[in-house]
Amino acid sequence: MSMQTPNGFNLDDSGRRVVVDPITRIEGHLRIEVNVDDDNVIRNAVSTGTMWRGLEVILKGRDPRDAWAFTQRICGVCTGTHALTSVRAVEDALNIQIPENANTIRNIMQLALQVHDHLVHFYHLHALDWVDVVSALSADPKATSELAQSISPWAKSSPGYYRDLQTRLKKFVESGQLGLFRNGYWGHPAYKLPAEANLMATAHYLEALDFQKEIKKIHTVFGGKNPHPNWLVGGVPCPINVSDTGAVGAINIERLALVKQIIDQSILFAEQVYLPDLVAIASFYKDWTYGGGLSSTNVLSYGDIPEHANDYSASNLLLPRGAIIGGNLNEVHEVDQRDAEEIQEFVAHSWYRYDDESVGLHPWDGVTEPNYELGPNHKGTKTHIEALDESAKYSWIKSPRWRGHAMEVGPLSRYIIGYAQGNPEFKEPVDKLLTDLNLPVTALFSTLGRTAARGLECVWAAHKMSYFYDKLIANIRAGDLATANTERWDPSSWPTDVKGVGFTEAPRGALGHWVHIKDTKIENYQCVVPTTWNAGPRDLEGNIGAYEASLMDTPMADPEQPLEILRTIHSFDPCLACSTHVMSPDGEEVADVSVR
Amino acid sequence: MSAPTQALALGVGNLLWADEGFGVRCVEALAAEYEAPENLTIADGGTQGLYLVDLLREHDPVVIFDAVDFGDAPGTLRVVENDDIPAFVAGKKMSLHQAGLQDVIACAKLLGDCAQNMLLVGVQPVELEDYGGSLRPAVRDRIPDALAVAVEYFESQGLMLRKRSTPVASSVITPGLDLERYEAHRPDAQQACRIGDARVLNRTART
Repeated sequence: MSMQTPNGFNLDDSGRRVVVDPITRIEGHLRIEVNVDDDNVIRNAVSTGTMWRGLEVILKGRDPRDAWAFTQRICGVCTGTHALTSVRAVEDALNIQIPENANTIRNIMQLALQVHDHLVHFYHLHALDWVDVVSALSADPKATSELAQSISPWAKSSPGYYRDLQTRLKKFVESGQLGLFRNGYWGHPAYKLPAEANLMATAHYLEALDFQKEIKKIHTVFGGKNPHPNWLVGGVPCPINVSDTGAVGAINIERLALVKQIIDQSILFAEQVYLPDLVAIASFYKDWTYGGGLSSTNVLSYGDIPEHANDYSASNLLLPRGAIIGGNLNEVHEVDQRDAEEIQEFVAHSWYRYDDESVGLHPWDGVTEPNYELGPNHKGTKTHIEALDESAKYSWIKSPRWRGHAMEVGPLSRYIIGYAQGNPEFKEPVDKLLTDLNLPVTALFSTLGRTAARGLECVWAAHKMSYFYDKLIANIRAGDLATANTERWDPSSWPTDVKGVGFTEAPRGALGHWVHIKDTKIENYQCVVPTTWNAGPRDLEGNIGAYEASLMDTPMADPEQPLEILRTIHSFDPCLACSTHVMSPDGEEVADVSVR
Repeated sequence: MSAPTQALALGVGNLLWADEGFGVRCVEALAAEYEAPENLTIADGGTQGLYLVDLLREHDPVVIFDAVDFGDAPGTLRVVENDDIPAFVAGKKMSLHQAGLQDVIACAKLLGDCAQNMLLVGVQPVELEDYGGSLRPAVRDRIPDALAVAVEYFESQGLMLRKRSTPVASSVITPGLDLERYEAHRPDAQQACRIGDARVLNRTART
C-alpha cells in the first residue's frame, strides 16, 4: 500500500520487509523494520523502542534532591547530562539561584562530556560504519604515513608507527580469543575507503580510546569521583581552595592546572585528529547523500551552556536555541518548555494509554500507563514479533511533537539553527568544511552532515571549555570562591506544591526533565530524552519520526547486511537503556537480521 | 611480582534493574565492611561500558563483580580468572550503550596494558526485569560469599583487607542510591505501575 505522510514522505510497504533487531538479553531495545522495493531501496521505515523504561515509576515519592543520582543511572553514557538536567529542574522548581562559579564549572563538565561523547561515538561506534578494519591489515604503512601527513600535522604519523600498529592489529585478530570486531560487515560493498585510510582511521580508533581517559579526569576533578561524579542541587559539590592545604576533594591550583592541560590536549586531538579524519573519510563518501530525513525541514534545539548563571534565555545560551519548521531557515521560532501548547507527547502509536489519545500531553501533565497491544496485521506473537503493524501501536517510545511537528534533535539540528541565525561560531566552520569538500550547503542534510556536525561541535566544545576555564580562573582571582547556594537545602524552606523544568543539550540532542514537587516529595517526574524525539514512532496524523524519515529512499546493497541502516541510525548516536551488559560466556550475536 | 601497583575492586551493572545491581552492591558492601589498604581502589562502575577501559589499564590486580549469564541456576556464584573471562569486541551494535564488560576487557587488551591478574566474581541473576527493584534474596545472600572470594584473592596477591568490627557508611555509592535508602523509598506498585513489556516479563518466566 502506498501513501503520503503529512510531513512529506511517500511510504510504500508492498516490498520485502527487512527487520534489524539487536539481540540483547532483554530482547533488544531499538528495532528497525523497513520495506524495500525490487531495487532494494527503502520505501517504508518503522522505528520501535522495544523496552519500557519510565523514570516516573522509580522516582515517585522520593526526595527531589536525590533525583539526579537516579537519573544518572538511566544510562551509563549520558550520566552527567541527565544529572545536570535534573538539578536544573529541581532548582527551577524551588527557585534556587546558583553561584557564577557553579555555572562555569557545570559548563566545563557538560562541554567535557560533549567532547568525550562525540569522540567515543565517532571512533568506537560510528567510524566502523565507514572504515573497514579488515582492509586496514593490507594497507601499505608508508603510503598511510604519507596520507596522514598530507592532512594533519599530528605527530604520530611515521611509517614505523603505522607498521607497528598494523603488526599489533594482525596479532590481535589472529589471536582468536579476542576475535576483534567480530560481527562487523567487513568487505561490504558500501565500504569505499582505500586500505591506507582504513589503517589511519583504525590507528586513531586506538588513540582515541587511549585519549578519552584523560577527558574524564575533568569530571573527577569537579565531581569528586569518577565514574559517577557527584552533583548538587544549588551548585557544585566541590569547594574551591586555592591554597594547597584545602579539604579533601577541594579544587586547588594543582587540580586546575591538570584541567587546563587536558583542555589543551582535547583541542589538539579534536583539531588534528578527529576533524581531519572526518574530512578524509567524507571525501570518499560524497556520493552517499542519504539519511537527511527531517533535518532539511524540522529541527529543534533547547540551547545550552549559559554564559551567566541562572539565565536560560536564548540570548544567554552559547549553544543555539530555537525551532525551524518546513525548512524555512529564515525564521527560527522561539521555544518555551513551559508552554503547554508547544512540547507534547502523543501515544497513538505507542504502547501507552491516555484517556483521550487524539491529544498530546505536556510533560508536566505526563501519564505513563502501559498498554501493550499489537495491530491486526502484525506477524508472529506478542512475545515473538516477526513483523510489526505500524498502523497500530508499535513502540515503547512516545511521539513527542513541537507544536504538532515531528522534529529532529542533535548536533546537526544545533548547527542548522546556529547557521540559520547567522552565528559565525557555527556558520563559518560549516562553510569551511563544505568548501573543503566542494559540497553545497544542502549536503548538510544527510547522514554525513549529522556526522560532520558532531565533529565540528567537538572542536567547538573543546574551545569553549578553554573559555570557561579562563573565566573560572578570573573569577577566583577576583576573590569569588562560592560554588554552592545551600539556602534552600532544607525541605522545610520549600513551597508545598511547585513545578520545574530543566534542560540541556545532551551530546545527542535536546534533553528535558519536568518535575512536580508536592509536600517535599516528587509527585511526577518526566524525562523527554533526545532519542525519544529522534526514535519516536508516527503520530495520529501519520507524520513519521526522525529515524524513520532518515531511512527513506536509501538504497541497500544487500538487505541481508543492512550496513546502510546502521550507518544512518548510528549517525544519531542512539541512546537506549543500558541494562543489557549482562555477560554470557560466548560472544553472542549482537544484531539479528531477517528478510521476509 | 614487581613493585606493587594499585589494585581495583570494580562493581558493574545497573542497580535500577533488580539483580543487575549485584556488582555495584558488592563494592558498596566491600567498602562498608572492610578496611581497604591504601593501594586498593574500590569503584562503582555502573554501566559505563567503554568508559571503564582505563580502570582496567591503570590497576592490577582487578576483581570485577557482575551479574553474569553462564546458564547456571539462579543465585549461583561463578568465579572466573584471567583468560577465561570472555573478551571480544562486537561489531553490529545499534548503540554504544550496548558495550559490555567483554568489550571493555577486549579494548584494554588491544591497547596492550590490560591488568594481568583479573578475577570475575559473577552471580547468575534471578530477576532482571523489575525496574526500580532491588536484589532478590537468593542473589543478595551471595554478597558475603562474593566478598570472601575477593578478599581471599586479594590476599593471594599480597593485599590484606581487614573486616571492620562495625560496618561504616559506604564511601563508594552515591548517597541516596545506597541499598537501604533505595529499598526503603521505593514507591509501592499501586502508586507507580511496575508492569513493563510483556515480552520482557515472559522472558523472565522462561528462565
